[in-house]
Amino acid sequence: MATVAVPMEQKNYLNAEYGIRSWLFTTDHKRIALLYLISITAMFFIGGFFALMIRLELLTPAGDLLLPDTYNKMFSMHGQVMVFFFLIPSIPAVLGNFLIPMMVGAKDLAFPRINLLSWYIYIAAAGLYIWCIATGGVDTGWTFYVPYSSLFSNSHVIEAGLAIFIAGFSSILTGLNFVVTVHRMRAPGMTWSRLPLFVWSHYATSIIMLLGTPVIAITLVLVVLERTLNLGIFDPTRGGDPVLFQHLFWFYSHPAVYIMILPSMAVVSEIIPCFSRKRIFGYNFVAMSSIAIAVIGFLVWAHHMFVAGISLYSALVFSFLTFLVAVPSAIKVFNWTATMYKGSISFSTPMLYALGFIGLFTIGGLTGVFLATLGLDVHVHDTYFVIAHFHYVMVGGAVLGFLGGMHFWWPKITGRMYPEAWGRVAAIIVFIGFNLTFFPQFVLGYLGMPRRYWDYSHMPEWQALNVLSTAGATILAVGYLLPMVYMLWSLRYGKIADNNPWQATGLEWTTSSPPTTFNFDETPVVTSEAYEYEKMPLPQEVTLER
Amino acid sequence: MADHTEHSEHVVSAGLYWLIWFLLIVGTIITALVATVDLGTYHGIDFNTVVALVIATCKASVVVLIFMHVKYTSERMTKAILLSAIFWLLLLLVLSMSDYSTRMHG
Amino acid sequence: MSDSHATETPLAVEHEHRPELRHHFADEQQQRNAASLGMWWFLGTEIMFFGGMFCAYLVYRHWYFPEFAVASRSLSLPIGTFNTTVLICSSLTVAMSVRAAQLGNRKMQVRMLLLTLVFGLSFIGIKGVEWREKYKEHHIPTFHYNVVGGDGDLVYKNAKFLGLDNLHGEALEQRKAEIQRSTQIFYSLYFALTGMHAIHMIIGVGIFIVITWMAHKGRFTPEYHTPLEIAGLYWHFVDIVWIYLFPLLYLIDRKPIS
Repeated sequence: MATVAVPMEQKNYLNAEYGIRSWLFTTDHKRIALLYLISITAMFFIGGFFALMIRLELLTPAGDLLLPDTYNKMFSMHGQVMVFFFLIPSIPAVLGNFLIPMMVGAKDLAFPRINLLSWYIYIAAAGLYIWCIATGGVDTGWTFYVPYSSLFSNSHVIEAGLAIFIAGFSSILTGLNFVVTVHRMRAPGMTWSRLPLFVWSHYATSIIMLLGTPVIAITLVLVVLERTLNLGIFDPTRGGDPVLFQHLFWFYSHPAVYIMILPSMAVVSEIIPCFSRKRIFGYNFVAMSSIAIAVIGFLVWAHHMFVAGISLYSALVFSFLTFLVAVPSAIKVFNWTATMYKGSISFSTPMLYALGFIGLFTIGGLTGVFLATLGLDVHVHDTYFVIAHFHYVMVGGAVLGFLGGMHFWWPKITGRMYPEAWGRVAAIIVFIGFNLTFFPQFVLGYLGMPRRYWDYSHMPEWQALNVLSTAGATILAVGYLLPMVYMLWSLRYGKIADNNPWQATGLEWTTSSPPTTFNFDETPVVTSEAYEYEKMPLPQEVTLER
Repeated sequence: MADHTEHSEHVVSAGLYWLIWFLLIVGTIITALVATVDLGTYHGIDFNTVVALVIATCKASVVVLIFMHVKYTSERMTKAILLSAIFWLLLLLVLSMSDYSTRMHG
Repeated sequence: MSDSHATETPLAVEHEHRPELRHHFADEQQQRNAASLGMWWFLGTEIMFFGGMFCAYLVYRHWYFPEFAVASRSLSLPIGTFNTTVLICSSLTVAMSVRAAQLGNRKMQVRMLLLTLVFGLSFIGIKGVEWREKYKEHHIPTFHYNVVGGDGDLVYKNAKFLGLDNLHGEALEQRKAEIQRSTQIFYSLYFALTGMHAIHMIIGVGIFIVITWMAHKGRFTPEYHTPLEIAGLYWHFVDIVWIYLFPLLYLIDRKPIS
């Protein structure tokens, strides 16, 4: 079925220059986005490997696959790799980098060389972390809690901590670039209220990156100092307070989850209107809800610490604030739903991912509200209920958004269409695999299975659900691998895409597929509002026969 | 091509810079001297600390406004960023202290 | 919010203007604004970076006020005050150098920048002297740290203030051990805070060496002196951090002990 016509005769950013130097020294935001794509995919495999080990161990109640210390390393490194080296960079560094300049009508981000620097910093951080893995890994849990991490752990806490510290700078520079770009590089006529919601969400994400990341940076520095110099700031036997570490750690790490989900919501906000052929419902509300999530997200961190020893008064305050943070997320879900109402829906691959996102994120988000309830949290804290909750939002939410976005913009990035039938099949496999993996974990948590346990032979009746979960993980893995295979396939054999295969609105779709190095031949002048789908013709691409 | 339309930069007079410098030096010395005088407490709030921090904030403000030209910039973003960062820091400090001030040590 | 730049020029800007204008900017004003905004945001992140340590300081000062007070008193008030004034002088010279650039006075730029470097290095040097004092008094955590008797005694000197008069035997020993621990937390934070500040000063000196060289080469004009300007912002910020560190570390309680 492939049309192997003469591929891409015209100059674009991919064939503008050849050779490894033109990639490693590029300042083109689109090339840097691809450099990031390759890097984060590699880290995803590493994090996925650790997940595989966890699920294999939990197939049986006895701890018979790994040593207990090894198991501790597996879940610790699974978490750290996935959070810091995959989820946090993923959409911003790949899709954000690629699209934001085009979406605002600019030739590049505000600071192209800093953009490249941020990738190199990421690589240095990832390299250090891989070194940490290779020399024995870290077993403190992804959260590095003291005093275990500062005093007692015999694993490579310092390397892991420093690696994440360095990765934080990559994040900060990316956020810096986005914010300045949105403020200073918009094309004539591109007012704030005409910006795609993708840009609004990434702007909010960048605020969090800028104001939150430095706090975990200094916290990790203090842990490293504590560990190397034996200071005692977090050692209770020497007057220190371990809970202080938790305050400082979660001050960033809670907003970090919004760094991970807002870009995914950004993607969904682009996909839903396109495949409903309708303007987004409530543009202002969706835009403002991104800002609200960013701001309120900073007020709730101690909900991770309800049973850590904080005062009841403070727990009540944080519980209430956590209820509040659910509201702007819910507003988005309502607006997406209202957008689809009486729209002309087509179930393309990106749309399947976006719909999956809405359902799974809603479940994940609501279970977050359960956890915010003090009485309930006392029972399910540190159980598989929490694990299921955050995987629903992080995988069912963030990863599905990432996959949906990769499919949606694939023709723009590569000039090729991925095979639509396979795309839909993979999306469904991901959805089924995901739910089979993580829904049983809600039940397990409710039944009392603690997290981070390598052995549950005291409760062998938990095995059935664990087996289901591992089976689901295998299916999910297939669902992840399929797109990697067919997307690589499409690079050579995929149908050649025209500029706007989805007939989507947005300046990026006015460029060629793939775009030229400087995106636009002339500075665009924007006169229309965002999402004017009533003026767009119907796309050809969403039927299966093409 | 002396296009001075971009030349919106305000040049601060050297005299003003010297004045600010003088105020900063005096402020520093006053802070140090006042610290050695007991100003008393009121409902648990120690005035010496309050005075020291107020003077510090005044010093920081003049550095920001004059030396860093924030007084002369038409950029609203600069002020917005500054206020946001300070607000965020206060969030961290205040909400953390809401825990520590409502429980006993240890 | 600032409006976008209305320009009819095509994006491939003809570059007969100065070479400092990067191609993706429509004009120099936009580039300058972007650089300035970027630096301000970076300073915002630095506020949060130091802020984490301020939080730790606040918590432990709340818990261990008497011990923090006596440890704070062991720092030299004259040296701390003098060092603060040194840093203030460096901020003046930085501001003056930017002004000289605005006025096109290359010689003055370089003179002021060299003075800035002198003040900056002096500050770091004096800090080193202070730290050495702390080392001799056994006030550096983990390096033979001891405040109970000896060269760096804080316990017996401040016995009344620390409430040791009414304690005897076991209780007294426990209280002394507690003071040893709590003062160590103060010093840990003192060195973390001043150390991090010093690292920022050293980076600042490095940046300004480059800036001074650029100024010497005549790279800064009234139309273009953005690197100098944004480096200056960084320097002033580091000064402001110290403006807060000084009262928080040196002036916890300097009231005469009755």
